[in-house]
Amino acid sequence: MAKDDFCEMLSRSTPGPGDGGNTGSWRVLRPVLNAVACIPVKTGRMSCFQCWLYCPDCVVSKTIPPTIDYDYCKGCGICAEECPAGAIEMVPEAEAAPPAKED
Amino acid sequence: MHIIESGNVAAATGVKLARAQVIAAYPITPQTPLTEKLSEFVESGQLQAQYIPVESEHSAMAVCIAATSAGARSFTATSANGLLYMNEQLHWAVGARLPIVMCVANRGVGAPWTVWNDQQDTIAQRDVGWIQLYANDHQQIIDTVIKAFKLAQTVSIPVMVCYDGYLLSHTYMPFEQPAQDLVDGFLPSFSPRHFLDPDNPGNFNTVTLPDIRPGVDGTMMPGYIEIRHNLQRDLRAAIDVYRDIDRDFARTFGRGGCPFVEQYRCDDAEFVAVAIGSLSYQLRDVIDMMRDNGTPIGVVGVQMYRPFPSQAVVEALAGRKCVVVFEKALSYGNQGALYADIKAALYPAGQRPQVHNYILGLGGREIKTAQLLEALTLSCTAPDSFGDEPRWIGLKLQE
Repeated sequence: MAKDDFCEMLSRSTPGPGDGGNTGSWRVLRPVLNAVACIPVKTGRMSCFQCWLYCPDCVVSKTIPPTIDYDYCKGCGICAEECPAGAIEMVPEAEAAPPAKED
Repeated sequence: MHIIESGNVAAATGVKLARAQVIAAYPITPQTPLTEKLSEFVESGQLQAQYIPVESEHSAMAVCIAATSAGARSFTATSANGLLYMNEQLHWAVGARLPIVMCVANRGVGAPWTVWNDQQDTIAQRDVGWIQLYANDHQQIIDTVIKAFKLAQTVSIPVMVCYDGYLLSHTYMPFEQPAQDLVDGFLPSFSPRHFLDPDNPGNFNTVTLPDIRPGVDGTMMPGYIEIRHNLQRDLRAAIDVYRDIDRDFARTFGRGGCPFVEQYRCDDAEFVAVAIGSLSYQLRDVIDMMRDNGTPIGVVGVQMYRPFPSQAVVEALAGRKCVVVFEKALSYGNQGALYADIKAALYPAGQRPQVHNYILGLGGREIKTAQLLEALTLSCTAPDSFGDEPRWIGLKLQE
């Protein structure tokens, strides 16, 4: 066995969205942004973004308005908890989402 | 250059010659003088390394895991309960395929509390996946440490170098200290196969699903069972690698040649005693006495225990009349672990010897030459009188 044959396999993956799977499917509560109340939207300035800062999964964008990537948002609710304007509401997934389409 | 020093200093000197880059350890008897010596080497500038004091053995192994992941040659040492406190991290280090080297000065495991020698600590860790090498004297300690660094990085598997607490760790013996330039030629600088690289970022050892699956870049990633299968495959292949490393070592330093089992007066032996560590050398005195009385007997010291060198064991023991396994450890509730392994290795052999098992020396109980002589004489004269249960030597049970 040549040297390079050893440890040819390791638990190693390329970092990137979705490396942990489609974690959005874990979500029970969905964060829904009320853009009217959102500080960057109201002021038109790149400010606040506590949702972007605190999101542990980096699924909130630092944009006006902020967007949430529901493919990977686990619904933890930290963004809603941290939003100083109360602009994010956690809505039960069954009420928020239309029924999934059957292929 | 020959020096007279303790077994712990022999180990520390081997680590210095191997140019370890990160050392993290927590003091525990009888290992402590080893890492004290290494801290002296680092403090005085004789060894260019980071010496990282930690609050526990669990953290010591965690530091070695992190340092090796970052691409540094790492070393730690421990004994007994300290080794067991590392247990979870031992599994991690080998699953992550990190070539760490660790010395273990063998000591009995509490409760009841003991600081004296037996081999229960490392034998109990036989199934974690680390390579286990055992040294029988001070020369073998320093030589094995150097070989262990080369073996670990060649196969990407961590290695334990084990030697008897007090009997070797604290006794003084002359041994040759290899020259630094020869060690540098023998042991290449550290270049792990996998390490954290900002230019090539990766997630290591995150949740690995039961089945294979594509990663975000589309490449198929192995599941847990594939990674563990390859660890086992590489461990078995490490036996041949260690034979080659031992051969290279012998060519460079003039010592070695029996990496798996060390045979003494075995050529025509009908009876063979087997032990791990310094006990195999103590048994040589008994073998000499019995040879003087005409008994065809020899002794085998097992130097590699994991991976188990089945072929070398069979070559050394098949065809004998009787094999007598002396152990300073037990697989509690069954029998001696080495005894069970030897029987398993011999089962497919053409000529299976009888195999006997003695348990002795636990918690540092003195092993007297007369006791070994009596036990071996009984095995040679009445081999059929033994069952499969281990017999105990030197027990003082109150009637």
